[in-house]
Amino acid sequence: MMTHYVHQPTFMTGDELSIDTFSVLDPEGELYSGAEEPALERDHARRLYHAMLSTRILDERMMAAQRQGRLSFYMQCVGEEAAVIGSTAALSDTDMIMAQYREQGALMYRGFSIDEFMNQLFGNELDYGKGRQMPVHYGSRKLHYMTISSPLATQIPQATGYAYGQKLAGDGNCTLTFFGEGAASEGDFHAALNMASVHKVPVIFFCRNNGYAISTPAVEQFAADGIAPRAFGYHMHVIRVDGNDVLAVFEATQRARKIAVEQNQPVLIEAMTYRLAAHSSSDDPSGYRLKSEEETWRLKDPVLRMQKWMLKKGWWSEEEETHLQETLRREVLETMKRAEKRPSPPLDSLVSDVYADVTPALQRQFDHLKSHIRRYPEAYPRGMQSLDLDVDAATSPQEDA
Amino acid sequence: MPTMNMLQAINNALDIAMAEDEKVICFGEDVGIFGGVFRATSHLQEKYGKARCFNTPLVEQGIIGFANGLAAQGSVPVAEIQFADYIFPAFDQIVNETAKYRYRSGDLFNVGGLTIRTPYGGGIAGGLYHSQSPEAYFTHTPGLKVVVPRNPYQAKGLLLAAIRDPDPVLFMEPKRLYRASVGEVPEEDYQLPIGEAEVIKEGSDITLVGWGAQMEVIGKAVELAEEQGITCEVIDLRSLLPWDADTVAESVLKTGRLVVSHEAPLTGGFAGEIAATIQERCFLYLESPIRRVTGLDTPFPLVLEKEYFPDHLKIFEAIRESVNF
Repeated sequence: MMTHYVHQPTFMTGDELSIDTFSVLDPEGELYSGAEEPALERDHARRLYHAMLSTRILDERMMAAQRQGRLSFYMQCVGEEAAVIGSTAALSDTDMIMAQYREQGALMYRGFSIDEFMNQLFGNELDYGKGRQMPVHYGSRKLHYMTISSPLATQIPQATGYAYGQKLAGDGNCTLTFFGEGAASEGDFHAALNMASVHKVPVIFFCRNNGYAISTPAVEQFAADGIAPRAFGYHMHVIRVDGNDVLAVFEATQRARKIAVEQNQPVLIEAMTYRLAAHSSSDDPSGYRLKSEEETWRLKDPVLRMQKWMLKKGWWSEEEETHLQETLRREVLETMKRAEKRPSPPLDSLVSDVYADVTPALQRQFDHLKSHIRRYPEAYPRGMQSLDLDVDAATSPQEDA
Repeated sequence: MPTMNMLQAINNALDIAMAEDEKVICFGEDVGIFGGVFRATSHLQEKYGKARCFNTPLVEQGIIGFANGLAAQGSVPVAEIQFADYIFPAFDQIVNETAKYRYRSGDLFNVGGLTIRTPYGGGIAGGLYHSQSPEAYFTHTPGLKVVVPRNPYQAKGLLLAAIRDPDPVLFMEPKRLYRASVGEVPEEDYQLPIGEAEVIKEGSDITLVGWGAQMEVIGKAVELAEEQGITCEVIDLRSLLPWDADTVAESVLKTGRLVVSHEAPLTGGFAGEIAATIQERCFLYLESPIRRVTGLDTPFPLVLEKEYFPDHLKIFEAIRESVNF
């Protein structure tokens, strides 16, 4: 720490700092003057756009399915596809992603299949999470995407720890963690950034500043100029980007990754974006924000913006757009039908994975449950089908003593 | 066989674990060059370097959040929370994250490599915030294991087992015994089983159950009882989650009487769980009500610590009353 003495009192507020927003592509899909295109190859750009459009279509279909009562709950990424997928596309596919919950686009980009999405959403026997978590709590080990946990911000210090392990392992990977501007109010956020800076950890903290934490607007979340200035308090690299500009997000994240991996330094990225949809299927934004506000952001639609740029470059065509929309909508519907018909996970998934092995005490409780279901099969959704028929119907604690 | 105090035994266990597996990483507040405020991590940084033994900023939720991520990555973190009284900022990370990592991911990810070490308990004039025994908050959390050693030999064997266990373990160290408890400890590597109680003394009239530092207090009460011709069976639970109900039930079926003792307050304390389980399993064999000898339902006091404490005389009285019921 450097101490520079002065002899008159001066207070500072941080207003002395002004943080610019990096942007490359305007809403019409044209490069701003002075902006440069990032090093994004045609095939890479197509993969990115494909994931953005697919995420948009998946969200539309699944939200409709939720409204039809086929699904208990859903959360859309609408409006934030560039922030989520543009950043993911700038990573190595083996970098770890620890997301909040609205980042299904990252999985889409990495190749999570529509079947895999559906199995989780319907909690069927093929769901990797064994039907234990609400819809959208995806996880994939093979795609290096940590299973989502509902408590907010807990993933942020975990990302610091995960990246510390990557640094020790020397595998050249980093971790990127997503969170919203609301979650950044949690203590875990501050703990994570401070520890990452102190311990020189290759982690990228990616804040989706989408304006709202459920109904609470950003102005009621913090008094400062967004999340970005907090990085200074931790002596951390920081950049603010237009979160609806996929090229800016891609470029910023690519540079951030270089800093993280080559210098073992954490980076904070604040992507300025907007949650175009409701917080979740259980939320109705008409109670806390104006339609006109939403409309102004619709004009900045990140998917449309990238599409315009792609069309101009000749890297995408109207025909491909129509074809992808049609085939994907059909695939989602067909896959959904399959997924919702699949059986639930077996009854023993109630007690497995609490520990590496079922403990004797838990086994005793489980045996008791099975004999109870045997007595009242009609009271439980799957009745006798779920039972292991070898269970002794009469287990009394006294006999076991 | 060398003689060690509990801190030396813990330090020795950490040394063995770090030497054996370079994925074992120790960290926490003041854990680095200083070796921890109690010196449990002495010389580990010198031996294994700053990358594997280091100080963290003063932020318990960060320490455990970091540890969860590190364990999920495949490392074997041993995180220290300087006093159990200060574990609560990390409560969310422990209860909602550590304990649920494997379950919620369908075993795609787990933090089984994680061990959280923390000193607990009173008797050191520590007042409200350097004396608590918060084990019952954690025994209510499926997915965690909670282990408490009673002496140096147990501490080394149980800590090595905890570090290598496939599930996350909260390892609570009775700090009153850190230097006070001295005993023979093998130099070599050994493990003691997690989830198994130990009958440390056989007897036929009454069963006494405890863990950690309270075993010493129970020992004194048993001496008084045996002077009066009451033969006591003494069980150290060692693991509170999962806990070995079979060993306790087997003993109570024989003696018909049970006294459980812990330092933590009575209401909601782990003795209640033991009493409920044992009455279910031994109801027709009980000769007297199961007794709990615990701290009062107050914060941990300072000048009135001796009065608060579930000491040997209070346990002796409970034994006498049970036998004469």
